[in-house]
Amino acid sequence: MTYLDHAATTPLLPEVLAAMTEQLGRVGNASSLHASGRAARRVAEQSRERLAEALGARPSEVLFTGGGTESDNLAIKGLFWARRGSDAQRRRLVVSPAEHHAVLDSVEWLVKHDGADVTWLPVEPSGRIRPEALAEALGDGRDVALASVMWANNEIGTVSDIAALAGTAHAVGVPLHTDAVQAVGQVPVDFGASGVDALTMTGHKLGGPMGAGALLLRRDAECTPLLHGGGQERDVRSGTLDVAAIVGLAVATVTAVGRREQRAAQVGALRDRLVRGVTAEVPDARLNGAPLDEELAGGPGRLPGNAHLSFPGAEGDALLMLLDARGIECSTGSACSAGVARPSHVLLAVGADSERARSSLRFSLGHTSTDADVDAVLDVIGPVVERARRAGLGRR
Amino acid sequence: MRVLAAMSGGVDSAVAAALAVDAGHDVTGVHLALSQHRQALRSGSRGCCSVEDSHDARRVADELGIPFYVWDLAERFTEDVVDDFVAEYAAGRTPNPCLRCNEKIKFSAVLDRALSLGFDAVVTGHHARLADGELRRSVDAAKDQSYVLGVLTPEQLAAAWSPLGGMTKDRVREIAAERGFGVATKPDSHDICFIPDGDTRGFLARRLGSLPGPVVDATTGATVGEHDGTYGFTVGQRKGLGVTAGDSRPRYVLGIEPVSRTVTIGTADLAVVDEVRTGVPTWTGAAPALPGRFEVQLRAHGTPVACEVSTGDDGLRIALAEPQRGVAPGQSAVLYEPDAARGDRVVGQAPVADAR
Repeated sequence: MTYLDHAATTPLLPEVLAAMTEQLGRVGNASSLHASGRAARRVAEQSRERLAEALGARPSEVLFTGGGTESDNLAIKGLFWARRGSDAQRRRLVVSPAEHHAVLDSVEWLVKHDGADVTWLPVEPSGRIRPEALAEALGDGRDVALASVMWANNEIGTVSDIAALAGTAHAVGVPLHTDAVQAVGQVPVDFGASGVDALTMTGHKLGGPMGAGALLLRRDAECTPLLHGGGQERDVRSGTLDVAAIVGLAVATVTAVGRREQRAAQVGALRDRLVRGVTAEVPDARLNGAPLDEELAGGPGRLPGNAHLSFPGAEGDALLMLLDARGIECSTGSACSAGVARPSHVLLAVGADSERARSSLRFSLGHTSTDADVDAVLDVIGPVVERARRAGLGRR
Repeated sequence: MRVLAAMSGGVDSAVAAALAVDAGHDVTGVHLALSQHRQALRSGSRGCCSVEDSHDARRVADELGIPFYVWDLAERFTEDVVDDFVAEYAAGRTPNPCLRCNEKIKFSAVLDRALSLGFDAVVTGHHARLADGELRRSVDAAKDQSYVLGVLTPEQLAAAWSPLGGMTKDRVREIAAERGFGVATKPDSHDICFIPDGDTRGFLARRLGSLPGPVVDATTGATVGEHDGTYGFTVGQRKGLGVTAGDSRPRYVLGIEPVSRTVTIGTADLAVVDEVRTGVPTWTGAAPALPGRFEVQLRAHGTPVACEVSTGDDGLRIALAEPQRGVAPGQSAVLYEPDAARGDRVVGQAPVADAR
């Protein structure tokens, strides 16, 4: 099997499995006052410190959550409610339309149910949000609750200059949230240095467990909780700490960040060979997103593991099915709950037409990817695209 | 064989897919997303295209260990089936959308796509003996669906297969239960899938608006009432005419004239016909020699009638051995060659144009 869907989820790191297994055998609620509770709390807090250090945050800025979706919901809704609570005219959200649905749907929920307004940011054809565009959308910022721009796009892999965007937002007194689910472990992410007010990350994209994530939240950022209860996590996220998952999250983050440079070089080289090989086999295939070797503010302008390609005349879900039948696993981007392939909202946001948006595939490489995986794709991609083209687009 | 199993989320297609796997084929499951407003559909199990149905189909595919995908055919379904359904009613005819869906979607769009993707056949859960290019009635007469497949051509039949025609619906449910499929007890679908509340007249009224016209008594020529739209009527209909004629004898819809929007009604003796004229026929195999003797079924779940078929002006002329009531233009006249042993064989069909 050729697994090229690491952006969906990536295999658990062996050191994570070991650390979690050890912790799962222990009793103790981290909120309890007795010895077992103290032991659990110690492990959770050590994990918090290690994770904070790996991401340039202070331990008190780490709020453990149930994953990326929860962190995005907490940041968008929590910051909106808190900011509007302290000044009723702040009801505008300034957001990129290429965000993950966890952000988009939270925003749309606030618009529909809670009197929010939204300004959608213009997106560069590469998928990047430029600080100038953010500045224009913010205006004097007085009516803005918060802005949200993802660190790296989950579909096409484009990185934005988050530090510059945070500076732009702060210039008019607006906090910035960033969804860094794909960025952590792939590109340098330093929460403190970036200046962002809130940052979403999750475990299972970097070799940790599913259902474990964090929101990094500046001490001075006010955030209204979604979950009420025992007052854990600065009273912003109640709920008994899942210590084993937290250990796994921390070990995965420390490991992925520690090995990032070496791994990025490795994975990037494989990815480059994949893209070059595919475009040699299918000359009119088109790379979406930023150029492979682009640099941005001293780091990569594109996630090293991301290859997102359009195959004109072939439907993405036909390609996916034909590749799946040949043991190659990749993705077409977003699917609705019923599994219906929709044209990618990200590609539509960067100005692609619906045809190109429907004809695209994402290959995402990760820590277990090898040359053999790339070879497997290159062996079949030509005939697969040809067959998918013959099958047409299923529409007139 | 590489087989594509069309999986609606119901018990029939689940068992059909399972039997295809048992037969040793390389099976891939596909659920067809047909509604453009999937979330708006009711959550019950009687429709054929809700999110829950997609989930049910996926559960079965996962249990069978076969790949499963959802194909979005909402656009084509809307154009070829839903819009056609509305247009047919607007033209005073009574369409059969399931037949149209088989003709244009399942055994056209889906089959074409399957073949070009490298599949050899499409397997479905229709209750009909459908294999080796031949289409025959199911052994379960009450569940027989050969009527709505009668429109298929030899090319379509050649790549179509249903393993369920030789068993009863009860047996299908037993097989599903034996395999532990959650859909084993899922209720049958009865409604038109895109009219989930079952209110066809209300659906048409929303699409076509109020188009009032007269209700005329055939005997006297007198206007005996008004209606809001001819689409609320079907030839042969007795209930819900909303008029009282001069006497207490029951009245039936005899005809619908779409331009003047006239609905003509009359007594039972006027409502029977013994000759049906059709549009251009389609054949499931080589065209039969005409004139010829067959049995004809004039609507879904209708009783077959002996007939003699000859070539007419624009299609067929079908002389019925026994007079029939409620032969509605737009329905399909499906011709069968009786065969008690192997199941009546579908010879072909033609759309009813007129009956007298």
